[in-house]
Amino acid sequence: MENMKPTPQERKYFTPIVIGLSVLALNGIIFLLGRFVFGIGSVTNLDNQHPWGIWIGIDVAAGVALAAGGFTTAALGHIMHKDQYHAIIRPALLTATLGYTFVAASVMIDLGRYYFIWHPLLMWNGSSVLFEVGICVMIYLTVLYIEFLPIVTERFIGKVNLPGFLKKFNQPVDKFLRILDRGLEKTMFVFIIAGVVLSCLHQSSLGTLMVIAGPKMHPLWQTPILPLLFLLSAITVGLPMVIMESVITSKSFGLKPETHILSNLSNIVAPLLGVYLAFKIGDMMIRKTFVYLYEVNAASVMFTLELLIGIIIPLRLFMSRQVAKSPVAMATASFLVILGVLMNRINNFLIAYNPPYAVKSYFPSIGEISVTIGFVALEILLFRFFVINFPIVSEPDTTAPHTKFSLRGTTK
Amino acid sequence: MAKHSRRDFLKTSALIGSATLGLSSTAKAAPENVLSEDRMGVLVDTTVCIGCRKCEWACKSAHDLPTASIETYDDRSVFSNVRRPDDKALTVVNEYQSITSDKLPINVKVQCMHCDHPACVSACIVGAFSKKENGSVVWDTDKCIGCRYCMVACPFQIPAFEFEKALKPDIKKCDFCINRTASGKIPACTEICPVEAITYGRREDLIRTAKEKIKNYPHRYINRIFGEYEVGGTSWLYLSSKEFEQLDFPKLGKDPAPGVSEAIQHGIFSYFVPPVALYALLGGIMWINKNKKHNETDTEN
Repeated sequence: MENMKPTPQERKYFTPIVIGLSVLALNGIIFLLGRFVFGIGSVTNLDNQHPWGIWIGIDVAAGVALAAGGFTTAALGHIMHKDQYHAIIRPALLTATLGYTFVAASVMIDLGRYYFIWHPLLMWNGSSVLFEVGICVMIYLTVLYIEFLPIVTERFIGKVNLPGFLKKFNQPVDKFLRILDRGLEKTMFVFIIAGVVLSCLHQSSLGTLMVIAGPKMHPLWQTPILPLLFLLSAITVGLPMVIMESVITSKSFGLKPETHILSNLSNIVAPLLGVYLAFKIGDMMIRKTFVYLYEVNAASVMFTLELLIGIIIPLRLFMSRQVAKSPVAMATASFLVILGVLMNRINNFLIAYNPPYAVKSYFPSIGEISVTIGFVALEILLFRFFVINFPIVSEPDTTAPHTKFSLRGTTK
Repeated sequence: MAKHSRRDFLKTSALIGSATLGLSSTAKAAPENVLSEDRMGVLVDTTVCIGCRKCEWACKSAHDLPTASIETYDDRSVFSNVRRPDDKALTVVNEYQSITSDKLPINVKVQCMHCDHPACVSACIVGAFSKKENGSVVWDTDKCIGCRYCMVACPFQIPAFEFEKALKPDIKKCDFCINRTASGKIPACTEICPVEAITYGRREDLIRTAKEKIKNYPHRYINRIFGEYEVGGTSWLYLSSKEFEQLDFPKLGKDPAPGVSEAIQHGIFSYFVPPVALYALLGGIMWINKNKKHNETDTEN
């Protein structure tokens, strides 16, 4: 295998698509200002019957699931030591870091008293699922930033160039970065394992979150194994996220897609999807909830779509040899898995939730949709910024054998 | 409400202490385990209530909520819609048709039920809700972060949020007049009720009274006290001439509302054994794979 080396993709930042995304981001920010000035009620369609909307259902719940690529690739590359996957770890890590940053931001904007977001650090409630999720996400976000630091040190070591009178600090800053880098290299394995453990914990607990809603939640989704289903679906969606992100990145930066790595990855997806499907169907059979599929309503339709589009069709696609040869086909199949998990989170948090005294059903407002789309646009913009300015995406390297950053924390 | 008692302090320090020992799962649904034998309750006899809505006025007055004058509450046109308590009214009275139309309509007062095993107490991320010894479930403004998980959790869909406020929005719900009862008074609604449809007293006594009523007037009541067993029992109890589910009461089981959720949570975190075990397992796998890589140099590629 040829040596791959992460390299900054020096390009012009602005393209027509980037400008379009900027407009969407700006639009979201404007509605966000409205939320902070006039309150949550002025921008959202939330009410006392529907306390949570798409900012929790999509931005937080789906956001956490779709950022699972970070811990699945870390487990694959670092813990299982599959060296061939190292080229995809950094993009996945960047996706996860940005994803979780925006999850935190989404929680913040949805909190009525966002300025008290630090309260859970001091005020504990051991029986609260949300407390566990909150603390786990906070720690994991820190771990992600630590895991990302070596990319920053690599970018700047030997290249520190501060402007103006700060110039005299160039030497000390460089020295500090080198010390930091060495320290991180020795200890990184601690954080990598912690990241995987923390992910397993909060990915599953995110499922436990809705269990307390009890009979308010549609029986098709309300099951005591919700945490297991959430964990399985998060593990399943991690790699498709990486595949799609990799294909889009190589397309957008005019690089050769890493077809070999991607098809190896996609071979892992099918068994994962199969296990997830088995638990989903098994749960339905054991609790005999299929009776709810005989009637046609939003719940039964969404459940069927989630199963069909999100699991069964992509499972078939990922089992095909033809698909594993074509980056576009793999990206399409991956997109279906992503769509399925997105639908699953929306279903669990919004469709399945039937408040007892609702006079009207919830549909997100223009403001809510704008903010959600704006955040996604911002994420993509930041992703592009980091790919251009930091060594994220790997390119074939002919100059030097890569030793330093390949097995961080595990080399002696 | 803001004052922290010595007991709260001890509780918190005990929790932190046990958490450092890796035993954070000691907190239960009723953290202080305060289901005292003498906890108070209210018995609502919907067959007595005349729908005068004086309790709505008294509640607002007692909680400094803006209200129109007491005379305006005679207006019965509000009964055309089923209303729910919200951030501007912590209790409301609704009206339903009785089984036979010649009988008087049935009026039902709605407010927080003050569960014995409250879902909100279990769910709250910062422990802003607590079950007090006198039976009340109260909310602490100093802790709340406005996440609204209590509203997701509540089986009666009671907590209301001030969606219109940009700063310091509150969760609003009946607080069992905790400030009045602390100074020896009875809850405002029970005090004003002109027909004694709502009775404040020891929960045990109220259940005995209710059972006697059902026994003595079997034609007046259905044989069920709502709140005796629902979601593990509630402080507020209801008597009725009609099935409760037809009066917009939710259909609930007898298990405490937090139920499975806490069992799962404490299962995943029992003494931090599962997370630590997973950490050790992954560490082991990582170590073995590293050594394997070391020994057989690059056969895989």
